[in-house]
Amino acid sequence: MTDTSKNAGSTTDRGTAVGEPAAARPAGGGAFLDVRDLKVHFPTDDGLVKSVDGLSFQLERGRTLGIVGESGSGKSVTSLGIMGLHTAGQYGKRKARISGEIWLNGTELLSADPDHVRKLRGRNMAMIFQDPLSALHPYYTIGQQIVEAYRIHHDVDKKTAKRRAVEMLDRVGIPQPDKRVDSYPHEFSGGMRQRAMIAMSLVNNPELLIADEPTTALDVTVQAQILDLIRDLQKEFGSAVIVITHDLGVVAELADDILVMYGGRCVERGPAEKVFYEPRHPYTWGLLGSMPRLDREQQERLVPVKGSPPSLINLPSGCAFNPRCPYADIPKDDVTRTVRPELTEVGSRHWAACHMGQEQRERIWTEEIAPKL
Amino acid sequence: MLAYLIRRLIAAAVMLVVIIVVVFGIFFLIPKWAGIDPAANFVGKQADPAAIEAVRQKLGLAEPIHSQVWEFFKGIFAGRTYVGGGDVTNCAAPCFGYSFRTEQEIWPVLMDRFPVTLALALGAALLWLLLGVSAGVLSALKRGSVWDRGAMVIALGGVSLPIYFTGMVSAAIFIYGLGWIDGQFVPLEESFSGWMGGLILPWITLAFLYAAMYARITRATMLEVLGEDYIRTARAKGLAEKTVISKHAMRSTMTPVLTMLGMDIGALIGGAILTETTFNLPGLGQAVLQAIRTQDLPVILGVVLITSIAVIIANLVVDILYSVIDPRVRLA
Repeated sequence: MTDTSKNAGSTTDRGTAVGEPAAARPAGGGAFLDVRDLKVHFPTDDGLVKSVDGLSFQLERGRTLGIVGESGSGKSVTSLGIMGLHTAGQYGKRKARISGEIWLNGTELLSADPDHVRKLRGRNMAMIFQDPLSALHPYYTIGQQIVEAYRIHHDVDKKTAKRRAVEMLDRVGIPQPDKRVDSYPHEFSGGMRQRAMIAMSLVNNPELLIADEPTTALDVTVQAQILDLIRDLQKEFGSAVIVITHDLGVVAELADDILVMYGGRCVERGPAEKVFYEPRHPYTWGLLGSMPRLDREQQERLVPVKGSPPSLINLPSGCAFNPRCPYADIPKDDVTRTVRPELTEVGSRHWAACHMGQEQRERIWTEEIAPKL
Repeated sequence: MLAYLIRRLIAAAVMLVVIIVVVFGIFFLIPKWAGIDPAANFVGKQADPAAIEAVRQKLGLAEPIHSQVWEFFKGIFAGRTYVGGGDVTNCAAPCFGYSFRTEQEIWPVLMDRFPVTLALALGAALLWLLLGVSAGVLSALKRGSVWDRGAMVIALGGVSLPIYFTGMVSAAIFIYGLGWIDGQFVPLEESFSGWMGGLILPWITLAFLYAAMYARITRATMLEVLGEDYIRTARAKGLAEKTVISKHAMRSTMTPVLTMLGMDIGALIGGAILTETTFNLPGLGQAVLQAIRTQDLPVILGVVLITSIAVIIANLVVDILYSVIDPRVRLA
């Protein structure tokens, strides 16, 4: 990748992350969803925006992966990249540059025929979007939109498809589905709309479901219902699920594994309980510290991660998190500002990218961070 | 849906009554303020006071304004009988009164001219809709390309060049230069090809201006719609791109275009004054221009009312179409 040369000061080229099992896998084999060294770059007038810059992860059927990170960390860009939506219908815009490999059930999507990928969309992989009001077409009834989603991939008449739509609406808990199927999105409440959206995305029994901030636009009371619904449906359909969110609470509800993104890269990845209870990256500590909790004393203030998200055009050299990291000066020789840390195994199936020694991080976490949470 | 329709119809009827009253009021007050005596105007030069008085009696110009409005209003729907000066004149419904200049009944004159304007407006609308919308959609889908830039430059020309310029140039080329058409208006009843020949240049001239505006609004709307979340959802379902465009994006793009179309056609039916004058078409626009020159108030009044009615009807049709396209409108 010649792009990295623009990034003055970055000494190591990223290469495949050390300790990433993906690197050793034979092509096409392995996990149900296997993303390897995914890069999504957008050329703009100001420079190349590296929204995702070398991301790898795997996901099995029946498992849920939570991708967390702040705005602009590359979460949504990753999901749209898997769906192939960066390349479909980008009229006159400068094309996104995508490299790496995305294996879905043995098919590599980035090199596959776009029409083949289009046919996988909606049938093998489906997506739930953040704001169900804007994600549903205002001029078509809920039923028409679900029927359409079904009939793209199934050669059935409208009646059969509508029966299927009613069945799905019933399944996602919409009362009187045979009546509501003819309603328009604006006649639904926010929670109902998201249920309808979920019904639409699951109508073809997709093997992979990507939920991009599925509860962000919803009332708190409705959020829990939607999360329960996604979890129940996953059990029922056995799909692989990716939940993208900035809300650690959502991840805690749903995810088996957690991937923390910062500046377009993975900074920590591991089983949910590990990332929550033994996090090994200062950014993850920051995220946990800024999470409101009911069991905490009200006088205590939330600790935000200081500073602002990095520029994706010109990432800080070395560790992208170093300008915001309170521990940046601990590693010797200014290594945090010159060398980009690679993901290293810090436990079973648990990786983090930090220059500090493992014992040191363990000590900081147990002595300084954890007691305050 | 039915309730919505009924509401729209009632609103249109109320609007019509208000317009008749207001427009008549204005035309009653203008001569008064301008110090013109409509009766003297009607009789003409060198009229003796007795004749003027007779006309004043006959047209009811001495009556108070409310009874004049009422008579005028009644005349439109039930016809009117003018009595005075020893004779009785029957004006059948819809009676818009008599021209001060020609002393002809206004309604038949207007109805004589109306088909010309209607044909001009509808024919041009069809043409500009086809041209403008397709150029706009193509420009949006090929944004930044040579085609897009070229089309937008032509569109800029279209909106900037006045009709009397493009009209004169096209007449100079096709009528006087190449001689492909003779440029004379021929009524449809006489000859279809002659009718087409007389209208083709006015259609193109008028359509060029409007197609340019429609191409610009279509392009802008299409680009906006393509950025909508529901378009992304449509792609995420696995829809083929051409279905995404032709079904999901087009339907949303057509709503502002339709709104414009209703207003534009409505306004044009009242007379495309510039086009009709440039090409010497015997339409309403030409009639109103003559009436303004000669201060023929009843004719102006008639044309204004026809325009208003046309705008109301066009808007009613648009409202109904709009509610078919956008279900949210039915609630409002």
